[in-house]
Amino acid sequence: MATRVTAAESAAVAQVRRELSGRRTDVRGIVFELVLLLTLILALAVLIVLLLDVSRTAVPVLLDEGGRIFSSGLSTLPENAGIYYGLIGTLYLGIFVLVIAIPLGIAAAIYLEEYARDTRLTRLFTTNIRNLAGVPAIVYGIMGLGVFVVLLGPITGPGSVEGKSLLAGGLTISLMVMPIVIITAQEALRAVPSSIREAGFGVGATRWEVVRSHVLPYAAPGILTGAVLSMARALGETAPLIMVGAVTGFLSTSGGFLDQLQQRFTSLPTLVFAYVKKPQEEFQDLAAATILVLIVFIFVVNLGAILLRNRYERKW
Amino acid sequence: MAQSVAGGGGVGAIDLRGTPSRRRRERRMKAVFFSAAFLCIVLSIAIVGSLAGGAVQFLSNVEFGTLWSSGWFPRRNLFDLKTLVAGTIMVSVIAMIVATPVGLGAAIYLSEYASPRRRRLLKPILETLASVPSVVMAFFALRFISPEIVQRFFGSDVPLFNITAAGLAVGLLVTPLVASVAEDAMHAVPNALREASAGIGARKRTTSIRVVFPAAVSGISAALILGISRAIGETMIVAIVAGGTGGSLFSLDPLKGGQTMTAAITSLATGSDQVRGTGPAYYSLFFVGLLLFLFTLALNLLSERFVRRVRTRY
Repeated sequence: MATRVTAAESAAVAQVRRELSGRRTDVRGIVFELVLLLTLILALAVLIVLLLDVSRTAVPVLLDEGGRIFSSGLSTLPENAGIYYGLIGTLYLGIFVLVIAIPLGIAAAIYLEEYARDTRLTRLFTTNIRNLAGVPAIVYGIMGLGVFVVLLGPITGPGSVEGKSLLAGGLTISLMVMPIVIITAQEALRAVPSSIREAGFGVGATRWEVVRSHVLPYAAPGILTGAVLSMARALGETAPLIMVGAVTGFLSTSGGFLDQLQQRFTSLPTLVFAYVKKPQEEFQDLAAATILVLIVFIFVVNLGAILLRNRYERKW
Repeated sequence: MAQSVAGGGGVGAIDLRGTPSRRRRERRMKAVFFSAAFLCIVLSIAIVGSLAGGAVQFLSNVEFGTLWSSGWFPRRNLFDLKTLVAGTIMVSVIAMIVATPVGLGAAIYLSEYASPRRRRLLKPILETLASVPSVVMAFFALRFISPEIVQRFFGSDVPLFNITAAGLAVGLLVTPLVASVAEDAMHAVPNALREASAGIGARKRTTSIRVVFPAAVSGISAALILGISRAIGETMIVAIVAGGTGGSLFSLDPLKGGQTMTAAITSLATGSDQVRGTGPAYYSLFFVGLLLFLFTLALNLLSERFVRRVRTRY
């Protein structure tokens, strides 16, 4: 009886020893890890297939008649249609984001992080901004339609433009990305340790002097990354522009940026939307060409943001 | 005067206040920053105001019977809301069927398995996918997802423009958002929990699923809710791919064309009578916009609450 127990015991000890020191591989663990990796590969595959699918159509079209496409305007005939006004429009919208959304967003973030005390008003600001960032783009479009096109129409686009002007579109897009700029800038400012600020206050600097000379230089890479990402978002956005009436038909373009402000406008993504909806095969090719140009635009901007972040990522 | 404050000829608080010009500039900068922050409140008021104004116009002009009829045909004064809500829910459900496993899988891998170097290499892939404009994803859905996936698996009698293809494309677009928010949540789980689990002999897989995942469950729920909210608000894909241009009959078949709230707004804006008008069809745009705004607002507030729960725990 006693020997049998020891035999069972020694078997158990041997088993435990085997389990602890054995080299049995955890097959299910490896399968699990592979499945997880597969999800990332799926995302990569989607990107690659998308790029290949677009390029397969777009590259021959661009090689064949790239010069004409880049220099032609809008037309109902596919052989006369191009992306010139789309490029100009997207560029102008980018200027709006650069001049309005990014400075205002950074300023608001500075107020919330550096100046505001934890009052009820501050909490209202913060909650409000978080909610604004979650509002769908098309709702911003409706706001733009209600405010900039209908209400302020006589100012933003007088006469036959009926308010559906570049000014209305640019303001709508700028307000749409502003919450994103604010939130990313807030995070960048928050990451600057308070000892840096205290050093500035210690030598008698005012709050603005501390922000300008101590906080902003350290937060700059983070703020810039957010700004670049919001720019990419703005350049690719379509829905709000459609709401404020980005045109897909005739467009008169004369003069520079300031002359264009109260005129009608279009952009690369709105052109894609217009061309995709047309039944002719040639317009589908044109849509692919426009998409390739747009994607290259946006990927370059995004790559800039990613490189910037990897370059300056620091732990305090 | 300074001496009287500091006493005994030392330096007092008033001496340290700086010159009047510096203090004036300080006040000016603070006012500038404050007005920038205040602009966001104005923006919210503008959003709610323009939505509510148009919605009230719509409700005071429309016959309430048409809000529950056979379909959404604004040009014929039929404003069946359940058509739009059903379409929106179908698209979002299909989108989340894609985005939940793919997004969470990617999040677990990046947070628990990937080495820092591999993480730096793989994360940009998700970010690049997130930066694809929705109109581009719509083109891809029309050219690839609909013919090569939906029609291949569900038979070629499925129309090219259908809810399923739109839902799949929206899902791909939402995946990076779900992945990045969920990854943040899992990353925030303290290492002590992982070490304790490993210390009692758990495998890495067990630790990931039974320890890290439950600890981060609030943040993961927030990621999913945020994903749903984004899927509901996604516009260009459904406007192009779902096939509801002009109007749609009420239907619960995801293999047919349908209409969502966002697509209905877009097609009203791009319709033959253009963005401006006076009839109920024009004002219905604001009403649907208000519904959309309230839906997404509710979801965002819900996800905010989940996120806050994580923050208080650790």
